[in-house]
Amino acid sequence: MRRPAYYAGMAVLSLLFVYPIVWSGWSSVRLGDAFSLDSYRKLAEYGEGVGVYLTNTVILVLFTVAGTLLVATFAGYAFARFRFPGKGLLFVLILAILMVPYPTILIPLYVLLGWLGLQDSLLGLALVMIMFQLPFAVFMMRNAFESVPRTLDEAAMIDGCGSFGALVRVLLPAVVPGLVTVGLFAFLASWNDYVAPLILISSNERFTLPVAVVNMRLHNFGAVDYPTMQAGVVFMALPCLAIFLLLQRYYVRGFMSGALRG
Amino acid sequence: MSNSLGVRARPDRVTGAAPPAPPRRRSSGLTGLAYAAPAAVIVALFFLLPLGLVVWMSLNKWPLLAPPTFNAPGNYTQIADNALVLDAVVFTLKYTAVVTVLLFSVAFGLALLVQHRRPGIGFFRGAFFLPAAVGWATATLLFFGLLSDQIGPLNDLLEGIGLIDAPVSWTAGDPAVAFGSTVTLVIWRWAGFNMLILLTGLQAIPNEIYEAARVDGASAFQAFRRITLPLMRPTIALVLCLMITGSLLGFEQFYILTRGGPGSSTTSVVMVIVREAFVRFNLGSAAAMSVLVLAALVLLNALQLAFIRRRNS
Repeated sequence: MRRPAYYAGMAVLSLLFVYPIVWSGWSSVRLGDAFSLDSYRKLAEYGEGVGVYLTNTVILVLFTVAGTLLVATFAGYAFARFRFPGKGLLFVLILAILMVPYPTILIPLYVLLGWLGLQDSLLGLALVMIMFQLPFAVFMMRNAFESVPRTLDEAAMIDGCGSFGALVRVLLPAVVPGLVTVGLFAFLASWNDYVAPLILISSNERFTLPVAVVNMRLHNFGAVDYPTMQAGVVFMALPCLAIFLLLQRYYVRGFMSGALRG
Repeated sequence: MSNSLGVRARPDRVTGAAPPAPPRRRSSGLTGLAYAAPAAVIVALFFLLPLGLVVWMSLNKWPLLAPPTFNAPGNYTQIADNALVLDAVVFTLKYTAVVTVLLFSVAFGLALLVQHRRPGIGFFRGAFFLPAAVGWATATLLFFGLLSDQIGPLNDLLEGIGLIDAPVSWTAGDPAVAFGSTVTLVIWRWAGFNMLILLTGLQAIPNEIYEAARVDGASAFQAFRRITLPLMRPTIALVLCLMITGSLLGFEQFYILTRGGPGSSTTSVVMVIVREAFVRFNLGSAAAMSVLVLAALVLLNALQLAFIRRRNS
């Protein structure tokens, strides 16, 4: 392919993919033909106040990321370094979560969380999000621990560390890239997910950002406030875009890991 | 984005099969079990239990607020009489076929365009992937604004170049137009994601094979048919599997962008399930539909897995 033609074609294609995102940012700061931050002011006062939805989302993200890291680190350590009864079965069950379509299991989870006293709660939602993260996270952490030479933790044990001491002092620093990737994907899932909070959260004051902002479109009683909605879109998209641009290495590692292969 | 998406030639570790662990002196079975316990509890409580519960719910009349009563197989027989369900199944299958063909073509085309290292390639890869960095619901809402007559640029643009005479309602007018909008949204948001997976497959093919083919006088098209396609088969199977499953379970692109309309022309199976449970408050019936979807998808996944395995061996 000749170079100028190739680059011209690629430039047009890139524009098609990037344009909607740029347009969204542009339209969120326009009022008529002038620059205005009005839509962001309206967004701040929307519903219970965008601060409430942001707080809910941040709580959900913190629970999900911390919980996923904790559970997947221990499980990855167990699968990489120990033999225990039911090891093979548990690993297959964790991977089987990938086989089960997300929306179909949310209806029984709605009932189950009610029984556990966790209906309409961010903690219950976080536990469900952690479960959905497990296949990717455990697979990733198991591989991360396996790529650390065994001599490293064996030396620590000879020096008197228990298995927990070896994990915390010697192994964890060696698996930081894996932890970043797992935490990154847990963040993206809990920050962005719409279906699980839609079904498992029912009070307005506990809505996460995606549910609250989508409600501008669904429960508008006639008129959608488009610029404010686009301000909401930009507000939700910016952290994800920033993370993508800053942490690309970890991002791509997640894709390449093969955990997506189910 | 200049050095972005430096996809490595080979993933550093391939799926599954870890080297067998040598027996360990220090580790008693209990220690490992203790570390695996939190994961085991989560799997049991939030995965296995709901799987059993959904089957049990499907055998009961299960209103949202009143106690359940056993009514098997009432929920299943009712599904057959529900015209909305049958329409949704037909629509979802049609949608899946259209999206899989178009999305795969676009994603594979993009992957072929960006497979070779050359100046600026990282920028193009990043640009194509950028929509996938935004959340799915966020992207859907973004598209809803983009296609709106009020702030969206599309109608003005098309009127300006004379393609349309009057503003078009892209999400609520003609069913075929609304359908096209959802497909466009899905391609925009997911093409780069699938491109990236296909790109790793392409880059895992050693260059020497292409060089040998060139020496033997093979044309670019022959090399593509005889080398690229056969060696890409596992990656292609994976991508198709993700596309088909994702489309069969499509929800946001309909619930948010078109609200299942106009009429119920873009109402998907998952939308019907959610509506059955939380608008009509009939959890038992929704559970029965979930069980059927679950069974269909597990079967589909198993078939695809068997297909991939056989091709690999």
